[in-house]
Amino acid sequence: MKMNRKFLVLASLFIVAAILVTGCVPKGGDTPKNDAPAASDTPTSGTDTPAAGAAKILRTNNGSEPGSLDPALAQGTHESWVLDHTFEGLMKLDENGMVVEGMAKEYKVSDDFLTYTFTLRDDIKWSNGDPVTAHDFEFAWKRALDPDLAADYAFQLYYIKGGEAYNTEEGSLDGVAVKALDDKTLEVTLEAPTGYFLELTAFYTYYPVNKAVVESNPDWAKNAATHISNGPFTLTEWEHDASLKIRKNPNYYDAANVPLDGVDFTIIDDVNTTWQGYEGGEYDFLVDVPQAVTAKLQEEGNPELVIGGMVGTYYYNLNPAIKPLNNVKVRKGLSMTLDRKTIVEKIAQGGEIAAEGVVPFGIFDENGNEYRDGVGQLIEYNVEEGKKLFAEGLEEEGMTPEDFKKIVILYNTLESHKKIAQAAQEMWRVNLGIEVQLENVDFQVKLDREKDGDYHISRGGWIGDYMDPMTFIDLWWSDSSFNDVNYNNPKYDELVYTAKGTADQKIRFEAMRKAEKMLMEDMPVVPVYFYTQPYVQKPYVTGVYKPLVNYPKLTYADINR
Amino acid sequence: MDNNLSSIKDLSPDLFQPALKEDRDSDRIRRPSIKYWPDVWRRLKQNRLAMVGLSIIIIMLFMSIFGPLFNKFSYYEQNYDLINNHPDTVHWFGTDELGRDLFTRVWFGARYSLIIGVLAATIDFIIGVIYGGLSGMATRRIDNIMMRIAEVVYSIPYLLIVILLSVAFSSEGAGTSMFVLILAMTLTDWVPMAILVRGQVLQLKESEYSLAAESLGASKGWILRKHIIPNTMGPILVNITLTIPRAIFAEATLGFLGLGFQAPRSSLGSLANDGLAGIAVGNAYQIIIPALFISLIMFAFNVLGDGLRDALDPRLRK
Amino acid sequence: MSRYLLKRTIMSIITLWTIVTITFFLMHSIPGDPFRKEGKMPVSVYENLLKKYGLDRPLSEQYVIYLKNLLKGDFGDSMKSKVETVNDMIRRGFPVSAYLGLEALLIALVFGPALGALAALYQNKLPDYISMIIAIIGISVPSFIMGTVLIQFVAKNVSWIPIGGWGEFRHTILPAIALSLMPLAYMARLMRSSMLEVLNQDYIKTATSKGISKSAVILKHAVRNAILPIISVLGTLISNLLVGSFVIEKIFGIPGLGKFFVQSINNRDYTLIMGTTIFYAIILIVLLLLVDVAYIFIDPRIKLTKEGR
Repeated sequence: MKMNRKFLVLASLFIVAAILVTGCVPKGGDTPKNDAPAASDTPTSGTDTPAAGAAKILRTNNGSEPGSLDPALAQGTHESWVLDHTFEGLMKLDENGMVVEGMAKEYKVSDDFLTYTFTLRDDIKWSNGDPVTAHDFEFAWKRALDPDLAADYAFQLYYIKGGEAYNTEEGSLDGVAVKALDDKTLEVTLEAPTGYFLELTAFYTYYPVNKAVVESNPDWAKNAATHISNGPFTLTEWEHDASLKIRKNPNYYDAANVPLDGVDFTIIDDVNTTWQGYEGGEYDFLVDVPQAVTAKLQEEGNPELVIGGMVGTYYYNLNPAIKPLNNVKVRKGLSMTLDRKTIVEKIAQGGEIAAEGVVPFGIFDENGNEYRDGVGQLIEYNVEEGKKLFAEGLEEEGMTPEDFKKIVILYNTLESHKKIAQAAQEMWRVNLGIEVQLENVDFQVKLDREKDGDYHISRGGWIGDYMDPMTFIDLWWSDSSFNDVNYNNPKYDELVYTAKGTADQKIRFEAMRKAEKMLMEDMPVVPVYFYTQPYVQKPYVTGVYKPLVNYPKLTYADINR
Repeated sequence: MDNNLSSIKDLSPDLFQPALKEDRDSDRIRRPSIKYWPDVWRRLKQNRLAMVGLSIIIIMLFMSIFGPLFNKFSYYEQNYDLINNHPDTVHWFGTDELGRDLFTRVWFGARYSLIIGVLAATIDFIIGVIYGGLSGMATRRIDNIMMRIAEVVYSIPYLLIVILLSVAFSSEGAGTSMFVLILAMTLTDWVPMAILVRGQVLQLKESEYSLAAESLGASKGWILRKHIIPNTMGPILVNITLTIPRAIFAEATLGFLGLGFQAPRSSLGSLANDGLAGIAVGNAYQIIIPALFISLIMFAFNVLGDGLRDALDPRLRK
Repeated sequence: MSRYLLKRTIMSIITLWTIVTITFFLMHSIPGDPFRKEGKMPVSVYENLLKKYGLDRPLSEQYVIYLKNLLKGDFGDSMKSKVETVNDMIRRGFPVSAYLGLEALLIALVFGPALGALAALYQNKLPDYISMIIAIIGISVPSFIMGTVLIQFVAKNVSWIPIGGWGEFRHTILPAIALSLMPLAYMARLMRSSMLEVLNQDYIKTATSKGISKSAVILKHAVRNAILPIISVLGTLISNLLVGSFVIEKIFGIPGLGKFFVQSINNRDYTLIMGTTIFYAIILIVLLLLVDVAYIFIDPRIKLTKEGR
């Protein structure tokens, strides 16, 4: 009896072992494979090199599981990177960062800069063969604004007349001023002149969706089999949390110029693991390289590392409700004693650029020149002057450096934020003789405390949505929902209104330049650096380019082995 | 009965003789009586490995207090010209990614990690043993309720509680007190210990010696204290020695939520976390050194635990 | 026995309801919600989202609605993923995590107790020291370090072992090893300790003196009696292994359930927090019940049904 039981235990152990070793490993996804329209699949993992003549599949990694591959519902880079390759808007960004025609063949802008009329290309089709029509665009934009759909990025369509009203249920669907005049002509009227509207139509919330498909199957975007798109590639496989595959879309109008047969994405969010995979030959291309690795590659001058451009600014919010941060001299003193060159070269080490203001490099002004050059360096590293200003400011507030022991730098938990916060803390200790404290919290807790004004100094950052200084400038107008320092300067607001209300590029840019200078005079935030996006590619990968507001574009990438 | 009585009457004094002195002493315990704890210590001392463990702990304690004074660096001073400097004669354990001296940071961190590890283990031990012991000894109905409560405590998402704690206790100023940190650490960790102890109690209270003690009129509490717990010290000690490294790393994990010590202060757990990135770029020393010291602490506590277990076991007494 | 099981089931439902209630109100009391994020999102968009997911209603109403759906076995829509429901996520994540967990458990169960028994039989001799060293490593090197080390030094050098990902048996080897070390070490230490205890008991000495061979004694008496503490810890250990480890799944890129336990809370994905918590609680409750039943099988003297004497 007793031995029997033991035998039973042993037997069941063996059975479990046998099942584990020989049986099937449960799949991560439940998505059936869709017949790849063009290229056949190649093995996705392992170090095997496809023979010459085999399908050209680029292997890379998408940092995390997309929350949705429906353009209207997407909200982050892990979604948009796939969408940017499977869909295409009216306009698109070329390798020079210029806005060029995509689905649109041509466009006309009315004299008051309020009405845009787009004419679509003749040879555009969905991946299922349906023609892409102006009705699809109208449908897609109105759908994204539907309050019941509750799209996170619906506000990107508020530029369209009646869009905000419909989304907030104050207006009607018919009030949204976008209309397909016929299959090939789309007319859209804006609330106000918007200098960057053309570029917005390249943003994923403005991508079209196939009206017939979406209406017949609300769950169309949930798996690869029913996912229909109009871009250079189309989704063929999606194993949740594990992998995504996109294959060349033969129906794409420019398919002849798309060298790749497809891209395989794994979904692994650990950058160290994916880096090891890249080194081990499991990837051809990789964004999101560990900081330590980027630093090392840069030091070695490794040609596989590319420092991609990006429009984003890393900064510290100074809460003006907290003494002595209310004093502009104290704020300037803090800014002047922060050695940004050391931070970018020795600590961040990803090719970042020491901040010269709040608007990063790469944005063009009214004359097509670098916007930054027109404003100039607005931030100075000058320890002596900074010390002086800081001491004066403190005295005005009747405080001493000792009081800074109670001042805390708040940041959300992330290794890179921690490093920079520690460096800032140490620089201020050495240069100003103050001992600020650090505090890291859960991201949501940080948002909560910033909204409540329950912080002293907090880490902030902003990645531009579109290539215009306004995406940064309007962060600090008094109405902005991201104005955590509660910067409230009527003169600044006026400049923002001026820039937002005119289509005259000269007036617009002049106002924005003035606004930025004003902001840096008041220094409610201390900019630290401008973001970059380092990525690595094997020597045989060519043709990748990096639009400043997107992830690297693989559409014209090639594998030359 | 009658027979016996009559035979007693028949006894005569000459049947009795005074006992010899030697015979009287035969009842006495000749060896000096040794109290329990001194005896444990005496036998522990004979265990060489356990003594090695004890020495390591003492050395670690000493170094964690005085180690940071051995060189001229402080735990927060950064030197941007000496980033990721491999160990050499100036920086004995090398420097980290901000150019700080790792020797100083390791000993500074060991101080916190030792305190936290030992404190968390002790509290887990106390709560776990009391809760598990009571549950095992109580009536089945109470035992059932107590174990269901343990299930509730163990099932509620730990992170939620910790975030709540971090928000509730994050008054002005950075970081939270040691009290909150230890509270967060021991909040649910005692449950496995309690389940383990309860299981042992359930078994041991049916053992012959417990039954014997009970029939002699011993109270349940007394049996638990004097018989059952000492007999279950083995698994308990294993569990305690396991709790220590868990606490050391839990401290680093809780640090992600802002509980505990704030940067630039270090702990062994956070040093290991930070050092992990070094593996990929040839700075493995940044992870090896803190990991080595954590392992050393673990080795010390384990051999000491083993020795203690043997020393506590009366059957092994020689 | 069946009356006992019935009683336990009723108790378990009450336990589960308690867990649901506490977790529900706890998660709503921490700062943040699923839809607020850094950026320029206008209040109107945010309110549309709250409305869509019913978060604009009073909390008590949300609680009642949740319980009603729960009774139907519906965990609701994830508030973060617009692709999968919580039921979907558990259905696909759990088999993956459970597979890996069972593999790790198997490794731990095969090697742990054996290593511990060996150490006890050769106390203070070489096998004991080797066992000790393995155990120390298993205990003091946590899985996030072990995982990274395995990737760096094993996966990169052995061509047929992939660095990360999921799909075939070879994908499971390294994560299962990394996952098994702690339980393996734990069991080895526990086994050693209880074996030593048992080996000095009178009945073992009696059995040996009666001339029964050492191995028979060990198998018949010692292991059977020493296994009880291991059974005790298996309840929590197996439930933790089955639902997966956040760290291991992150490092090895495994599409399991474990990462949802952390992600859901970071994202304040309320429905997913509830779903994973309830799922875990059910597994824990069942396993602790099995542990209690196992007690009786191992040592029939243990009483669970009747009132204590």
